[in-house]
Amino acid sequence: MKDRKKNTIIRIKGLTKRYDTVLAVDNLSLNIREGEIFGLLGPNGAGKTTTTLMLLGLTEPSSGQAFIDGNDCTRNPIEVKKTVGYLPDSVGFYPDLTGRENLIFTGMLNGLDREESGQRAERLLERVGMSYAADRKAGGYSRGMKQRLGIADVLMKDPKVIIMDEPTLGIDPEGMRELIALIRELSVEDGRTILISSHQLYQVQQICDRVGIFVQGRLIACGQIEELGHQLESEGHYELELSAFPADEGLRAVIEGIRGVGGLQEKEEKGNFRVEADRDIRRELTAGLAENGYAILELHQKGGDLDEIYRRYFEKAGEQDEISGGRKKRSIIKGFWRRKEGTPRE
Amino acid sequence: MRSRRFYIILALLLFTTTASLIGAASTLASSETDSSEFMFLSLFTTSSSSIYSIATFIAFLGPLVGITLGFDAISNERSQGTLNRLAAQPIYRDSIINAKFLSGATAVFVVMAVVGLYISGLGLALTGLEPSAEEAFRVVIFFLFSGVYISVWLALAIIFSVVCRHAATAALACISIWLFLSMFMSLVASGIANWIYPLEGMQIYTNQVSNYELQLGLNRISPYYLFSEAASTILNPGVRSIGVVTLSQYEGAVASSLSLGQSLLLIWPHLVGMIAIAMAGFAISYICFMRQEIRA
Repeated sequence: MKDRKKNTIIRIKGLTKRYDTVLAVDNLSLNIREGEIFGLLGPNGAGKTTTTLMLLGLTEPSSGQAFIDGNDCTRNPIEVKKTVGYLPDSVGFYPDLTGRENLIFTGMLNGLDREESGQRAERLLERVGMSYAADRKAGGYSRGMKQRLGIADVLMKDPKVIIMDEPTLGIDPEGMRELIALIRELSVEDGRTILISSHQLYQVQQICDRVGIFVQGRLIACGQIEELGHQLESEGHYELELSAFPADEGLRAVIEGIRGVGGLQEKEEKGNFRVEADRDIRRELTAGLAENGYAILELHQKGGDLDEIYRRYFEKAGEQDEISGGRKKRSIIKGFWRRKEGTPRE
Repeated sequence: MRSRRFYIILALLLFTTTASLIGAASTLASSETDSSEFMFLSLFTTSSSSIYSIATFIAFLGPLVGITLGFDAISNERSQGTLNRLAAQPIYRDSIINAKFLSGATAVFVVMAVVGLYISGLGLALTGLEPSAEEAFRVVIFFLFSGVYISVWLALAIIFSVVCRHAATAALACISIWLFLSMFMSLVASGIANWIYPLEGMQIYTNQVSNYELQLGLNRISPYYLFSEAASTILNPGVRSIGVVTLSQYEGAVASSLSLGQSLLLIWPHLVGMIAIAMAGFAISYICFMRQEIRA
């Protein structure tokens, strides 16, 4: 872990965006420190892209402010765009220019002269492993190639902050590994701040220092992945995976006899259970099982896994079926969620 | 500039104007008798029996040039996914649309210069007619005017490219407007004029002037009509007026052609009007674009 006490580079205060009736981003406040990789997680339509666009000054917020490196994103977008590189979710290039020419064009838009941007393009193409295709027309690039060229394109302006919108979408596992390594490198070696918005948890979990979970325009949780796990535990939800021997009838009764056990599910293999409880029952469980002559083969508490955290938070937000949710359904869910929101969480 | 469609449209223009130039030259050669002062200019306005004059061709095909250059200006960037990348660069957002319009207009003027020089040169070589200084000026003004005219259509096409998601929709919308204004506007205008000021029975005496003026006014909504009027005035010094002239006004007029300055004076409103239309069109697309969401 590097020095985590660095300056805040992205500061978002009460950012809100309303489209007619829909609240896309609802009073978002967030600070991101320099050199951090921050993952903005949420389902499709949660307002992630809107947030990133507001950070770049491409969309005007209904209220609230955002600052990047001291510049107001709405008032002074030009300064912001000088320091921030943006990789859109489906990045495109001019199909009748070569990859190199596309990069040079970006460089010149950023105030470099042709020669300088040519040299920089050469270096960056090398860095993202695209030198072999640099002089091919960008129209024939595959998605993975475009993504890599997109990263080179972002780096053309030598940004302090990089915002990536769904960077891992539609990339094969090999490309993904390279991409993740590259993102790490950008953060660790170059000390750039990276904001990744994504709905793909696994990849984000691998690279992010901190994550924020974003549902229906609200940041419902924010912190390091372990922290989020702990946060859930302290809210009275525990899940255990248990495997005990011998797997006879009495075993079930013993587990159910322990105070606080809420749900018990036996898995396909005999003697393997999933136990839900409203407090930490590990000690009582071991004692109880030992008393009755059962041996514990395996026992571990779930949590700390982003997938799990994500799912739990979604459940809490009443958002589990966000894909099937039509407009009407959404509003019902939203209403439900609002009510829940009214009760104190901690 | 490098795109295939730019070449296609340039080739089309060169081809049609060449054909019409040859037609005009042969017509002029066969008529012989007419030895007016402005032979060179009549190369541009004379139509043979089989082909239109150059001025008519430009009035008709010019819009196509503007539409071709502009109809996917913004929507193409959007569908390629380059618009948000472009907007994320440290440039003002309006420079994107300004550049689109200015580059289009530059291309238009370059095309008109190419066509103008080519046709004048070819006319010179083919007929051996020598243009006087005034004639040369008139030709230059005509092609500048054509540039403005085409820019009007470019502005219109850019509006549609901003508003429509798909380039095809934008192209169809532009083309339908082009066809309507070029071909049917005169029918509509005379229909409306006859409806408001009927020319039947006794009314024919009271309504004739108002009828004609209304019809003219409606027709002048169309850039096509504006351009045709202006082109015929500038290329034909014999045209003395473009409105209604009563007999009493005509009385005592000196029967000679207008000087360049006077012809210009006559079409000045046309020029201003067309520039205004182009500006208004650009302003609309500018506003739409600035208010639009960047996301794809």
